Amino acid sequence: MSDHIAFVLNGRPVTATGASPAMTLLDWLRGSARLTGTKEGCAEGDCGACTVVLEDATTERGGPCAPVNACLLMLGQIHGRAVRTVEGLRGADGTPHPVQRALAEGDGTQCGYCTPGIIMSMYAFAVGGEPAQPELIHDALAGNLCRCTGYRPIVEAMARVAQLPEARIAAAATVAASMPEVPAGPVFRTAAPAGQPDGARFDVPATMDALLALRRDHPDAWLLAGGTDLGLRVSHDREVPAHVVYVGRVPELQVIAATPGRLRIGAAASYARLLPQLDGALMPFGAMVRRLGSRQIRAMGTIGGNLGTASPIGDTLPVLLALGASVHLRSAANGTRAVAIDDYFVGYRRTALRADEIIEAVEIEVPARDEIFHVDKVSKRRDQDISAVLGAYRLRIDGGIVRAARLAFGGMAATPARARQAEAALVGRPWSDATVAAAAAVMEGDFQPVDDWRGSARYRQVVAGNLLRRLHVRVTRPDVALEIDRL
Amino acid sequence: MSAADPDRAPGTARGGVHKAERHDSALKHTTGEAVYIDDMAEPAGLVHAALVLSPVAHGRLAAVDLTAVRALPGVVAAVTAADIPGRNDIAPIRDNERLLADGVVEYAGQPVAAIAATSLDVARAAAKKVALEIEPLLPVLTLDEALDRRSLLYPPSVVARGDVDAAMKGAPRRLSGSFRVGGQEHFYLEGQIALVAPGEDGDLIVHSSTQHPTEVQHIVSRVLGLEFNQVTVMVRRMGGAFGGKESNASWVAAAAALLAYQSGRPVKLRLPRADDMVATGKRHAFLYRYEVGFDDDGRVLALDATMAADGGHSVDLTPGVLGRALTHVDNVYWLPHVRCTGLACKTNTVSNTAFRGFGGPQGVVVMEDAVGRIAQALGKTPEAVRAVNFYGEGTNDETPYGQKVEDNQIRRCVAQVMRDAEWERRRAEVDAFNRASPVLKRGLGLFPLKFGVSFNIPSMNQAGALVHVYSDGSIRLNHGGTEMGQGLFVKVAQIVAEVFQVDLDRIRVTPTSTGEVPNTSPTAASTGSDLNGWAAFAAANTIRQRMAAFAAIHFDVPEEVIDFRDNRVCVARPGDNRAMAFGELAKLCHAGRVSLSSTGFYKTPKIHWDPATMTGRPFFYFSYGAAVAEVAIDTLTGETRVLRADLVQDCGRSLNPAVDLGQIEGAFAQGMGWLTCEELWWDKQGRLRTAGPSTYKIPGSRDVPPIFNVRLLDDAPAREATIFRSKAIGEPPLLLATAVWTALKDAISSVVDHTMPVHLDAPATPERVLMAVRRLQEIVAAG
Repeated sequence: MSDHIAFVLNGRPVTATGASPAMTLLDWLRGSARLTGTKEGCAEGDCGACTVVLEDATTERGGPCAPVNACLLMLGQIHGRAVRTVEGLRGADGTPHPVQRALAEGDGTQCGYCTPGIIMSMYAFAVGGEPAQPELIHDALAGNLCRCTGYRPIVEAMARVAQLPEARIAAAATVAASMPEVPAGPVFRTAAPAGQPDGARFDVPATMDALLALRRDHPDAWLLAGGTDLGLRVSHDREVPAHVVYVGRVPELQVIAATPGRLRIGAAASYARLLPQLDGALMPFGAMVRRLGSRQIRAMGTIGGNLGTASPIGDTLPVLLALGASVHLRSAANGTRAVAIDDYFVGYRRTALRADEIIEAVEIEVPARDEIFHVDKVSKRRDQDISAVLGAYRLRIDGGIVRAARLAFGGMAATPARARQAEAALVGRPWSDATVAAAAAVMEGDFQPVDDWRGSARYRQVVAGNLLRRLHVRVTRPDVALEIDRL
Repeated sequence: MSAADPDRAPGTARGGVHKAERHDSALKHTTGEAVYIDDMAEPAGLVHAALVLSPVAHGRLAAVDLTAVRALPGVVAAVTAADIPGRNDIAPIRDNERLLADGVVEYAGQPVAAIAATSLDVARAAAKKVALEIEPLLPVLTLDEALDRRSLLYPPSVVARGDVDAAMKGAPRRLSGSFRVGGQEHFYLEGQIALVAPGEDGDLIVHSSTQHPTEVQHIVSRVLGLEFNQVTVMVRRMGGAFGGKESNASWVAAAAALLAYQSGRPVKLRLPRADDMVATGKRHAFLYRYEVGFDDDGRVLALDATMAADGGHSVDLTPGVLGRALTHVDNVYWLPHVRCTGLACKTNTVSNTAFRGFGGPQGVVVMEDAVGRIAQALGKTPEAVRAVNFYGEGTNDETPYGQKVEDNQIRRCVAQVMRDAEWERRRAEVDAFNRASPVLKRGLGLFPLKFGVSFNIPSMNQAGALVHVYSDGSIRLNHGGTEMGQGLFVKVAQIVAEVFQVDLDRIRVTPTSTGEVPNTSPTAASTGSDLNGWAAFAAANTIRQRMAAFAAIHFDVPEEVIDFRDNRVCVARPGDNRAMAFGELAKLCHAGRVSLSSTGFYKTPKIHWDPATMTGRPFFYFSYGAAVAEVAIDTLTGETRVLRADLVQDCGRSLNPAVDLGQIEGAFAQGMGWLTCEELWWDKQGRLRTAGPSTYKIPGSRDVPPIFNVRLLDDAPAREATIFRSKAIGEPPLLLATAVWTALKDAISSVVDHTMPVHLDAPATPERVLMAVRRLQEIVAAG
């Protein structure tokens, strides 16, 4: 068992000796490695100035390089992986990469501080060979804030590099040739060197059994999946975890299995990997996930993490509630048990997960063709924002009568929750303006939301009711324009 | 021809003025090689600093116990107000503003103590462990509470003309309004940072991410009790500033300097984003109440407005901000009788400060709100009401503070933008869409702009530069302006290239330093290239004239026939084609003992201001512009989107159209953020809860209008003697985003067929838009 974190950095194998496995990749890059091109703008995964790419990860569009936030990744997570930073883009002869030239020549920089992160997002976009559609360009930029330019020259430079074949350097090939040997064995374990105050133990189990044993024996250890929430405690709050168990290398947790009518999502599969599966009847879910965080966040974040955190504003959770998902929990002692999503949330950030259990998967039933399924996310900003209100609905209308209704909301209560009174007001009644108005009215009794910076309690109440009205218009009056993004 | 002509640019070499030259650091930005302060190699023995911030908004500071923290391994210094050897005063223009709280805390987030330790994590962990004993006092947290309790930072200031009361009484029609706009976080991507290294004899070298190196020098000196000549402040570049590094950078540097003084070691203080957002000042929020008297044509006869600005807990730069707001209420409109009263409210919140526009954006919104209401009351279009109120040319052309509008481009800008935006066609289109669309509504808004350029305080309108020509003909340029991304360095270098008629790449711009150019003004108020450009011109022109005189002797010709063209110096008279390379002449000059180094100095002419009467000519000139925005709103959720923007901006004869275009687009996006998605939210205890980008939302790439047309006003050389007849560009276009707010109100009022006035506070978040829609719907429902 090796205790050195080894990975590929800009095409060359490196060993992070003397570094704590729970420190962030960003701190390591800017500190020990003295690679200061990658910037810290916020240390909370929102500004994108720290964007680097994981060259051995697949993007949500099937590209070879996924952008990630170096401020949220713990060093232990990238053991055995391949990372490229802005310093690793120049050609062997020192010529700048085409994306670097395109942005500079297109007046796409002003103060330059966000620029290295934008360059890495552009690089991932260009290497992925995506077409120069505005929609995709904005998707690729949603995780990068620029305060100077107003973005127009950046968007235009992205469009230009998308059409430059030389922008696609054969990253994957160079990576494969230089990948470090990842030690075999059920668990890779590393810890901060003795004497360091920030000593953390970091376990990377490679098998389900090893993970379950660690969970049983160390119930207080952090269970780390993508790190987009837990990573904040290190990056932003500067906490030093005593013990981290990283679940990302257990093969079973990565499996996404689609069978007719059902979708089983491994708890540690990233949103980026999940997204291509969310089509067909699940398209509204996919449309929402495309607005969940940014590409950087989606390359890291997982549905298991969302379930584990169980935040009242976790974006996938109302969707799982509306779909009537089942959550598969597993322990060494008792194997797997399936918990209905309705029974999973037991209080503010508290769930049915027991101290020795891990979340294995979530399974959803794909809505039938004749069912209504829709998801709405309402936030201050279109991209990379946390919802003020998120609504997800699954209804069955038969002969003009509502036969079944599941209406679930985020941002309305201490947990993601269903609007039970509103559901009752719909079921058995005609799918009409009057029924919808009555259901929207009683929905005010379903929730006591709070006032905060995302919206007042009153606003949330009004919006939740209006989302139901909007759903009715959507279903019954296809002639009415509802998509502000399509104007 | 021995001297360069500031009105005429021969442009014989590469990269002179009026050319779309790229930012000098562009490729370094994209390769990650541009060095910011946190990227600099750390000097041996460097320690890292962290601040201890007050958790409460107002209280008596009974005790700060640092004993336990001082004993922690790795901690090398821990200081409070008691450890300040000089004066605990960071005030930029007045006095008695504290670096570290002393006796009383005035806002949640106020620095109380500072720690230096051998690692950043140790410093931050130690800062969290400091025990503060604070006895709470009743805070004033909002503008409303401040007004109720008459909590003011200083007495009201008034800009007035004529007999408002009589004109109001005599006006055929009157209406009144009240609304508010929020503050704004700068959100420069590079947070506040300073690195201070002690030198010999108690001297300090300060690397500060600052727009105002001289003020950093003064405040560090004041806090440590040093003379100015002991403190050298340097800055190569900032990762954004927007006014946020004008007064705020000084105290960050002073805190680092205090720790360096106490520990004897180099100190780096980099604020984490959350500390930066709670501890540093922002754009002032304003509350307005106004009454306007007008006639049946919509002509304004009298305006009586009160503007209450949230100054936060200290004076800071509030007099300047409020003064600019008061001198921008008129915007493009002739107001015969006017009284604008400005109240600088004191609240127990962070001290608000400079932010791009500096009160101008908060001033112009008053008349825009009034115009909308007047139009609604008269059943006219706002465009028609605007048109009858524009400043005249030669008549009705005096601002309320006494300055004449002599270079009026208002009608030109508006006509141009209406054409570019195809206003008539799209007005009809939007109205037709709204008739057919029950949920989504669209709106159109126009905004005309006049913005005064110069610092409101005449003494600040001066600048210096230092130019060296080396004996190989390469040129080193230094000036008092700072580079924050706005492209100042390349613009000033273009001016120097133009003076010598040499290629731009012969000129190296060097970091701003109080040791090279002293006693500078901040790079602010859009004056960077106006002031420093002229100073650099003067320095370069002095050298050019010396070189020309030497060349005249060398060629044995009169000086007037010596010309500088295309990297050469030549004899410009018929039949004589003698010439030599610029570098060759430089070498000869050196051999001939000619000084090839010069300072340059500039002071803005014509300006004067009487702060007692609030009259004078505060501005050298005005910059103009106009914007049309189209928006869509969802009347069920309040979500909004800007669909298109057309902008026309007066840049005079632009020094660099590429840089100016970037300034216009970026400023518009920033202004849009201020008026729409950027919301500062304090809880009931006065703690800022939007202290990071996860909660404070600046515009992203998708928020910028997908159709975004920007035009630099053609053929509009500045009337005044500005450098190469260019005009300032940093701030004016931010105000153009007011068109978005106007368009949102238009979309909202379409819900009731424009039959009612719309009240819309900014930022117009989805919540405010939805509530504005509902107010109208409820009035209709109530009959």
